[in-house]
Amino acid sequence: MRHTLAVLVENKPGVLARVSGLFSRRGYNIESLAVGMTENPLISRMTIVVEGDDRVLLQVTSQLSKLIDVISISDLPPSESVDRGLALIKVAADTGTRADIMQIAGIFRAKIIDIGAETLVIEVTGDKGKIRAIENMLGRFGIKEVVRTGRVALHRGTKTVGEEYK
Amino acid sequence: MTDTPISGAKALINCLKNEGVDTIFGYPGGVLLPLYDELYDSDINHILVRHEQAGAHAADGYARATGKVGVCLATSGPGATNLVTGIANAYMDSVPIVAITGQVPTPMIGNDAFQEADITGITLPITKHNYLVRDVNDLPWVVKEAFYIASTGRPGPVLIDLPKDITTDEFEFTYPKNTYLRGYHPDVGIDEDAVKRAAAMILDSECPVIYAGGGAIISDSSSELLRLAETIQAPVTTTLLGIGAFPQSNPLSLRMLGMHGTKYANYAVQESDLLIAIGARFDDRVTGKIDAFAPCAKVIHIDTDPAEIGKNVRVDLPIIGDAKTILQSLNSHLQKMQTMSGAWLGKIDAWKKEHPLSYVQSDEVIKPQYVIQEIYKACPDAIIVTEVGQNQMWAAQYFQFENPRTFITSGGLGTMGYGFPAAIGAKVGCPDRTVIDIAGDGSFQMTSQELATASKSKIKVIVAILNNSYLGMVRQWQELFFSERYSYTDISQSVDFVKLAEAYNLIGIRAEKPSEVPSAISEALSADRTVIIDFVIDPMENVFPMVPAGAAINEILEPGAVA
Repeated sequence: MRHTLAVLVENKPGVLARVSGLFSRRGYNIESLAVGMTENPLISRMTIVVEGDDRVLLQVTSQLSKLIDVISISDLPPSESVDRGLALIKVAADTGTRADIMQIAGIFRAKIIDIGAETLVIEVTGDKGKIRAIENMLGRFGIKEVVRTGRVALHRGTKTVGEEYK
Repeated sequence: MTDTPISGAKALINCLKNEGVDTIFGYPGGVLLPLYDELYDSDINHILVRHEQAGAHAADGYARATGKVGVCLATSGPGATNLVTGIANAYMDSVPIVAITGQVPTPMIGNDAFQEADITGITLPITKHNYLVRDVNDLPWVVKEAFYIASTGRPGPVLIDLPKDITTDEFEFTYPKNTYLRGYHPDVGIDEDAVKRAAAMILDSECPVIYAGGGAIISDSSSELLRLAETIQAPVTTTLLGIGAFPQSNPLSLRMLGMHGTKYANYAVQESDLLIAIGARFDDRVTGKIDAFAPCAKVIHIDTDPAEIGKNVRVDLPIIGDAKTILQSLNSHLQKMQTMSGAWLGKIDAWKKEHPLSYVQSDEVIKPQYVIQEIYKACPDAIIVTEVGQNQMWAAQYFQFENPRTFITSGGLGTMGYGFPAAIGAKVGCPDRTVIDIAGDGSFQMTSQELATASKSKIKVIVAILNNSYLGMVRQWQELFFSERYSYTDISQSVDFVKLAEAYNLIGIRAEKPSEVPSAISEALSADRTVIIDFVIDPMENVFPMVPAGAAINEILEPGAVA
């Protein structure tokens, strides 16, 4: 089972290494990791997607909690949260294919952010399924390069994480 | 507190004194020159070790013997990397030490400067936390936090990396009274409902066993543990690190369990219907084959570290928190109870009579078990420190331990060479106690350079080498599991330990016959300096009982067995 963890950490050098090192040495798989500053500049937020059963999840969260720089950990269930990732896709495009590609991008509500003589760069946000779907659609034109961010997630509604630390 | 600016080096000494540090085990070096210049005038006792690894082990031994935080100090680069084994050892056994390392000046960090090593990066997985001090103004709170983190919750090593320029920078020093760490809350209180449920499970149990680990000693829970055991009439087994938590003379004692535990401890665990784990982590040397461990038992797991719950075995009832507080509460729920364990204790007594620890004594050749028994007879209240291997297991099996902090050994990491420097640390922490390192000829040679420390700093310990001319534990496994092919374990005729002691202006005694054992021990006890006793023992003696790796803990090998 896949879990999305929102982890608040001290915004200090080396914290990412502490967290990623913990995952690798204990053999937990990170599917995706994104990190950035929160509304409080002293605190960063990591969104970590991990694969594992409840026992693994419990081990991951209790081992993470032991890191002094980890402030709080919340599990964001898919039904109660929204999550997004972003991908930039460079796809081969000439005058013959450009219109088709732009139409596909439009259907996915993706943006064309660069246009060249032989390529287009498309920015798409969404969940994993949507990004995979547009990649599949663009595949036949020739994808030159793809870069993805890790996923980020928030609770739906008024609920937030680590309220007491902000 | 002062208004005049002082250097980081002077401030560090002030910080350490504020933390009650009386002793540092260290070794100087280039980037530490400003700090050592301050230490020169300080009343902190600095013990000069002869290798930084020994400094870390000595701080560890000091901490385990006293319950205080041990402090070691090493220079940048190789000095810092030499600490690594000692830090890892302290991490595995939850020992509170603060390791301070010098670092190249901050502008040079990251440039592969002379004697630069990224020691905070290197020690990330083996410290509870670590710091690189980048501003002298941070130094006081860093030291305050380091001691707080090292000594609270589940204790462990904390490293402070101190660039040279930080030690010479000046600032207005004040020492913080408190720490505030929003991500660290070691004192969470206890769940009283869980304690009540534990009491109910105990009242329902007919065959309970208490399984106490190092956490019972760290939390100072021995008297609560004794009361619990006597109230509920449950037998108590301990892990290697739990030895001393429960008096082994008590009829409820099962001594140690696991790979080299007593048969009756292992049988009792396997047939128990309730296992009460206190500050223990179900290590593979304890459980053997995990699926076959305590198959009929419900498990209550008392531990201060939530990450230990369910890590290796399924737990029916976890209770997180300080074991002493939890046991006090549990005992208050169990004051007047009808115990149902009478038949159970009868069964255990029969196992004890049928399967005592035993060996075959000889008039010709010294048996290591006999040496341990004679050391116990001569000095029952000694602090026993061990190396790692057969010597360690014989010490665990044949000495009788009655009190916490009297058995000091490298459990989790199994670090050969730990014992002698840890013994030095224990002796410095407890100068009025007799400290004896039960050693093997292999392990001792890994840190024997510390004879110079013992000699120069006039620290008296007794090194009792059980000299079988082999790397004995590995040789034992080769005998049992590798067709007696003794690949690179023969270390015979390589060193004369008596002459080695004399070379350091210390005393060496050799005992070659069983009849010489008692006099060698009494001579060592009355000596005025460190003594090595070279006990030339039966080279082929093995440690039994033995559970082969991966077997269930009631599948026990006997002497003469070949798997």
